[in-house]
Amino acid sequence: MNVEREEIKEIIFKTLECFFIEYDLSVDMSDGEHTKLFGGDGVLDSLGLVSFVVAVEEAIEDEFNVSLVLADEKAMSRRTSPFGKIKYLIDYVFELINEK
Amino acid sequence: MDKMIFLITGSRKGIGYNLSKYYLDKGNIVIGCSRSESDLKHEHYSHYCLDVSDEQQVNNLFMQIRKQFGRLDVLINNAGMASMNHTLLTPLSTVNKLFDTNFVGTFLFSRQAVKLMKKNNFGRIVNFSTVAVPLNLEGEAIYAASKSAIEQFTKIFSKEIASMGITVNSIGPTPIETDLIKAVPKIKIEELLNQQAIKRLGNFNDVINVVDFYISSNSDFISGQTIYLGGVFK
Repeated sequence: MNVEREEIKEIIFKTLECFFIEYDLSVDMSDGEHTKLFGGDGVLDSLGLVSFVVAVEEAIEDEFNVSLVLADEKAMSRRTSPFGKIKYLIDYVFELINEK
Repeated sequence: MDKMIFLITGSRKGIGYNLSKYYLDKGNIVIGCSRSESDLKHEHYSHYCLDVSDEQQVNNLFMQIRKQFGRLDVLINNAGMASMNHTLLTPLSTVNKLFDTNFVGTFLFSRQAVKLMKKNNFGRIVNFSTVAVPLNLEGEAIYAASKSAIEQFTKIFSKEIASMGITVNSIGPTPIETDLIKAVPKIKIEELLNQQAIKRLGNFNDVINVVDFYISSNSDFISGQTIYLGGVFK
């Protein structure tokens, strides 16, 4: 597939926004792409991460008609987790989807 | 909920076929799958040909279900294969095949099902074990090990998904007259029946009875359990 990083970024931020509304969370996103998602002072707890990952998978599926599993071997074996920061997640999805 | 959406693996024959027919007759929608085509024809039945241990094929099936129905209420992980042989005479390829179909298939379907079910805060997953686990039957070390993995998975997974309104349980049938046991010598079956409190072969209604119990909306306090048929216990 040939998908621009900007498209992925838009989908992820939109999904995150919907997620915060759905779970009634008020989150400081002033760091933009550098906002920490999970681990340490990340904005998501473990159950929140599970729900958010599913929401991103569905959003990708709806937009590009392709089924991705984000928590795959590659994600788990990386030195830098794709779920650590929004930026890493965008980069990871961008990489995965363009491999399809 | 009146009409529920079921996904039943291994629905082409045996228990899966009978479960599909039963829930269709009750007015539900059933999505079935197996390696090859099914001869089950019903306006509310759709069949997919796939390998339950192929991640991409499984993901694509769930993408279809999400598009078509937007939800899933019940997953029955029935697809399975058996192999009876002394461990010393068992090739590695048989071990891999058994674990792929029995355990990996159950894992892949359960993982994707919960992603769909969690939206409605309701879901029922029924896995298949066997009495070969508590009976520790000789010649079934690999088969029973793959089913033990399913039982353990059922227990821990039940904790991980409880907050989503989803339950997961297992059933451990005795031998039932299906293709799965047709190659087993009669004497072996008799020996097995003698270890059950109730000494007879199981039938499809015995299985349906337990599945009905697990998936009932009243069973929202039942999760992580395994019920064995025939009066077999650990």
